[in-house]
Amino acid sequence: MTETRIPKTQVEFQAGPESENGAGSEATAANVPPAISEVRRFLLSRGNSSLADGGFRWLMVICALSIFAIVVLIGTVLVRSSELTRAKFGFKFFFDQMWDPVNGNFGALPFIYGTLVTSLLALLIAVPLALGLAIFLTEMSPKFLRGPLAFITELLAAIPSIIYGLWAVFVLVPLMRDHVNPILIRFFGWTTLFSGDNLGLGFLTSGVILAVMILPIISSLTREVMTAVPHSQREAVLALGATRWEMIRVGVLRNARIGIVGSIILGLGRAFGETMAVTMVIGNTPEIHKSLLATGNTMASVIANEFSEAADDLHLSALIEIGLALFIVTIIINAIARLLVWAVTSGAPARVN
Amino acid sequence: MASGLAILATILVILPLVAIFVYLIYMGASSLNLAFFTQIPKPVGVSGGGMANAIVGSAIILALSSILGVPIGISGGIFLAEFGRGTKLANAIRFTADVLNGVPSIVMGIAVYALVVKPQGHFSAFAGGVALGIMMIPTITRTTEEMLLMVPHAIREAALGLGVPNWRSVLSITLKTASPGIITGCMLAFARVAGETAPLIFTVLGNSFWSTNINQPIAALPLQIYVFAISPYDDWHRLAWAGALVLIILIVLAVSLVRYVTSRGVMKGAS
Amino acid sequence: MGVGIEVTNLNAWYGATHTLQDINLNIPPNQATALIGPSGCGKSTFVRCINRMHETNPIARVTGTVRIGDLDIYEDAKPVEIRRRVGMVFQRPNPFPTMSIYDNVASGLKLNGYSNRRALDEIVEKSLRNSALWEEVKDELKKKSGASLSGGQQQRLCIARALAVDPEVLLMDEPASALDPVSTSKIEDLIFELKSQYTIVIVTHNMQQAARVAEKTGFFLNGRMVEFDSTHKIFTNPSDKRTEDYITGRFG
Repeated sequence: MTETRIPKTQVEFQAGPESENGAGSEATAANVPPAISEVRRFLLSRGNSSLADGGFRWLMVICALSIFAIVVLIGTVLVRSSELTRAKFGFKFFFDQMWDPVNGNFGALPFIYGTLVTSLLALLIAVPLALGLAIFLTEMSPKFLRGPLAFITELLAAIPSIIYGLWAVFVLVPLMRDHVNPILIRFFGWTTLFSGDNLGLGFLTSGVILAVMILPIISSLTREVMTAVPHSQREAVLALGATRWEMIRVGVLRNARIGIVGSIILGLGRAFGETMAVTMVIGNTPEIHKSLLATGNTMASVIANEFSEAADDLHLSALIEIGLALFIVTIIINAIARLLVWAVTSGAPARVN
Repeated sequence: MASGLAILATILVILPLVAIFVYLIYMGASSLNLAFFTQIPKPVGVSGGGMANAIVGSAIILALSSILGVPIGISGGIFLAEFGRGTKLANAIRFTADVLNGVPSIVMGIAVYALVVKPQGHFSAFAGGVALGIMMIPTITRTTEEMLLMVPHAIREAALGLGVPNWRSVLSITLKTASPGIITGCMLAFARVAGETAPLIFTVLGNSFWSTNINQPIAALPLQIYVFAISPYDDWHRLAWAGALVLIILIVLAVSLVRYVTSRGVMKGAS
Repeated sequence: MGVGIEVTNLNAWYGATHTLQDINLNIPPNQATALIGPSGCGKSTFVRCINRMHETNPIARVTGTVRIGDLDIYEDAKPVEIRRRVGMVFQRPNPFPTMSIYDNVASGLKLNGYSNRRALDEIVEKSLRNSALWEEVKDELKKKSGASLSGGQQQRLCIARALAVDPEVLLMDEPASALDPVSTSKIEDLIFELKSQYTIVIVTHNMQQAARVAEKTGFFLNGRMVEFDSTHKIFTNPSDKRTEDYITGRFG
């Protein structure tokens, strides 16, 4: 190959005596180009680096593959660590509402119920608000407000769960107990959805704090999907003599609906897994109540609450099985939601076109 | 009418944020003092004390998680943007990263408990670092990919045209050109996990005393906030607020920086 | 010093498109050779096959032989080795935005592991002089970023960067198409200067430019090379009707 044709001897660069003082060396720089320059000889002596390139490429591939590995690893370790309860209770585990660590009887139904109720409540509150915000941001907001509002939603998304929890414990709980819940009891008490002890804790408060927490993700994804709707669609509707609101409804929302559903599902996934804030305000009782003012527990919060105190292996295994269920459900939810969102933004990473 | 509803929704969204911030600053600032940064928590009934051990503990855990998460995350992003572009494998990895991002942090916590804590037989800062590091990987991978894709193709061609080996070109040219964006992306991932509490409960456990040993249970800021917030003592509540304020300042700084860098256009003058 | 390029039966594909068909061509050493033709005729693909840049696109494919000097570039060597011997200047100036002027010029050597600082200083100066940029930037070599220069200066910086690795061949893919007339004439003067030392292949859509700088000219059409001869002959008395039509502006 090339290296064999040119001797590899290292030759010092031929610098004239005047060249010591850098810029004053015009003569040397321009003069005598040797047949094979020192630079050429050096470059020829470098290999083709195919080994280094191959190694580098493999290293990157392995790191990328580690993302698969992580998912598989989490799955297997959760499956293996929940063997005890899976063997003892089977599928009945998810339909039994008796959670009694002292007597070794474990049923996860109260937590599934709690997770569903709080998450649906959160969606009920968050979806209209998030859609309103997204519509406002993409279609109506004056330009100067767009930046700051988007920044605020980003900020909301970045606040840790624990801080929402802290705020909920000291501000939201008293607010619900003293002002909101009495009104609900008075006017809607007959539905039995709002009855029983008014502690301020419970499903409703959890739903409210969850709504605040999932709002940003739903809103920002909805906004992304809505901006992906081509301008021509809007103009086509406007050209038919539609009002601005009709344009938004027909031209934008209808075209973006798959993606919007995707972002709502993604928000649901978040709500399912939110732990700290809910743990701090739901009251932590393994019970099923119809009243939204009652205390309960969710899948995530029971793990947070009991895991470090779980004394026997069966209790631990039961908690891990709840975690496994949470893992599988959130993976499915996220996969569906991503596919829906990608269907609209056509798979490209959000910021790149 | 419809416009009114959209505006109302906007106001309703901003309201809680303002409420949280006002309350946080009001409660936090009045409880924040030098002792908070220099002392460890005092026993119940003794007023004063601080969260110095929790701040140091968080720093140690976050350093560990960054050592794990940043290199792997960036490498994954390099694969997606430089080698895998358009391939089925890259699409699958990108998809998995997004899905992994949605896995609840509490699940990470129990997985790492079963994977690290249980076999080792004790809680440790190391286990917490593993849990948070794993959580950083998908975020960093995706931001790195996005930022690398923003580097103009002409820059890559210039490097290739000089006969620079591919690995060198990726590291010294493409990655370096995208580095402001990637660094801020890492900071965002860092800020996100800095506030994570759930995965720490059963990995690092918490510690009321000084510890810098990564093989021992260690205190962490969010964990300490949690413990103090659900306690019945006013003194501890005040410390929780102060801790929350410190945490949020860190996060707001990171988010603002990210926004500043991305809005300014990372790759200015690169075309 | 430059060496000749000998191209035999070169075919190139881009996906399913057969972009180059049976190209046979001898490019003489130490001269400028211009490649002209309407856009999409394959002239850019052709130069990208000479330094094996074409194959960096995953859907691209090449067959045939290209010899640079006595080296068969598709048989005897790896792409990185070829590209160190064949410098390339692209259509749009593409200096490394994170690097100073000095580092841009030195990049080809530094990134290949060259570390003799004193020699680097000399090479950077020589390359910048050769690309006629030295006088304009010598005071801010290490302070100013390569991206802060004007378009024409950036392109000359890119030429200096290509020259710094002391290539045998210099490929220029429409190097002046993104530049203003003053910068363009500077680049043309430069090509005139450089061709005594390097074998230069320049792709251009500008026929006057080809006529001004090149000894030989090749005319490409629809992926084939229609005619290759001395520039004078091509522009005054082409043998092929299609060349004549193109030169006289009847299409393209």
